[in-house]
Amino acid sequence: MSGTGANDPRLDRRAAMRTLLETRGDLLLVTGLGSTTYDAAAAADDDRNFYLWGAMGAAAMIGLGLAVAQPERQVLVVTGDGEVLMGLGALATIGVQRPPNLAIAVFDNGRYAETGMQPSHTDGGVSLCGVARACGIEAVFDISDMAGLKGFAGRLHGGEATSFARVAIRAEEPPRVLPSRDGVYLKNRFRRALGIDDD
Amino acid sequence: MNDQPSLDAPDWRDDIFTALKTAGIRQIGYVPDAGHSRLIELCHADPEIRAIVLTSEEEGIGLAAGAWLGGHRAALLMQSSGVGNCINMLSLAKACRFPLVMLVTMRGEWAEFNPWQVAMGTKTQAALELMDVLVYRAEAPEEAGETVAAALDIAFNGGLAAAVLLSQRLIGAKRWVK
Repeated sequence: MSGTGANDPRLDRRAAMRTLLETRGDLLLVTGLGSTTYDAAAAADDDRNFYLWGAMGAAAMIGLGLAVAQPERQVLVVTGDGEVLMGLGALATIGVQRPPNLAIAVFDNGRYAETGMQPSHTDGGVSLCGVARACGIEAVFDISDMAGLKGFAGRLHGGEATSFARVAIRAEEPPRVLPSRDGVYLKNRFRRALGIDDD
Repeated sequence: MNDQPSLDAPDWRDDIFTALKTAGIRQIGYVPDAGHSRLIELCHADPEIRAIVLTSEEEGIGLAAGAWLGGHRAALLMQSSGVGNCINMLSLAKACRFPLVMLVTMRGEWAEFNPWQVAMGTKTQAALELMDVLVYRAEAPEEAGETVAAALDIAFNGGLAAAVLLSQRLIGAKRWVK
């Protein structure tokens, strides 16, 4: 593992998640399998958080289905580099649909933290921002400092265009904060929070 | 294979579309497929349905889950080979009891020209059942609409995953020489 410690300019992942959710309003959040789920739970559990505990690669697509179903609300997907790499085709699918109320933030530490910090493809030079742009997503941000992240967080409520941010974070594993793993509970409370009747 | 149904006979693909509309389907995820082509066109033409082209079938499992979280009903259209692409992703539907409907055009089971389609085509039903997806088959044109309607009912009433296999005999074997 390289580039960690006090001199590492990259963002702290927990602080990054807190910043994105600081003024969440009625934002709907989907997090990917692994650390972004713990980051969201550490920031604050919320009925409008849908945490993935599996289905690696699905986070962005869940965000797409949700954004299409709820066009009046903003949807934020926060996931990791490994998770988005497993479902890279989703960026092409989203690039065709481009729902204006969908934002995707990828916490990129260039590592598979969950399995022992092995390097990911982004560590090997793959540019997620380049992929997102090539897929037709126009609002793409490569973020490596808090000012940039705050700017992106401010955009989340605009709903003007599908946006994608790669957020450079340090390869660290803060103590895990584990939300519920009961998928049925997470699903039902999310729908209830949106006022959707079970049918 | 006859792609041009007679004008007075209701076409089974129209019957499937009617079943999707009756069930209130609002999102369709699909990978382009000859057998589903008419249904895909009907979905694109309907202003109440968002038809979403996928790069791989597994994306559709996530799409349908997100749709349900937001109060939409979704269904997926794919070919039997695409079922293989979905296997791990089906754990999402199972773990959360998301309703899921997959309409699968079959290859590799009837007058198949391409042997590469046979491996997945002959294991499609078993693969789905291993993942606890309910499987129904439609072999004749008059069965298609009601079978899809039944799958939609059980999936959305019970938070279950259901697939309808549309047999290759129904669709017609792919023509390789024009």
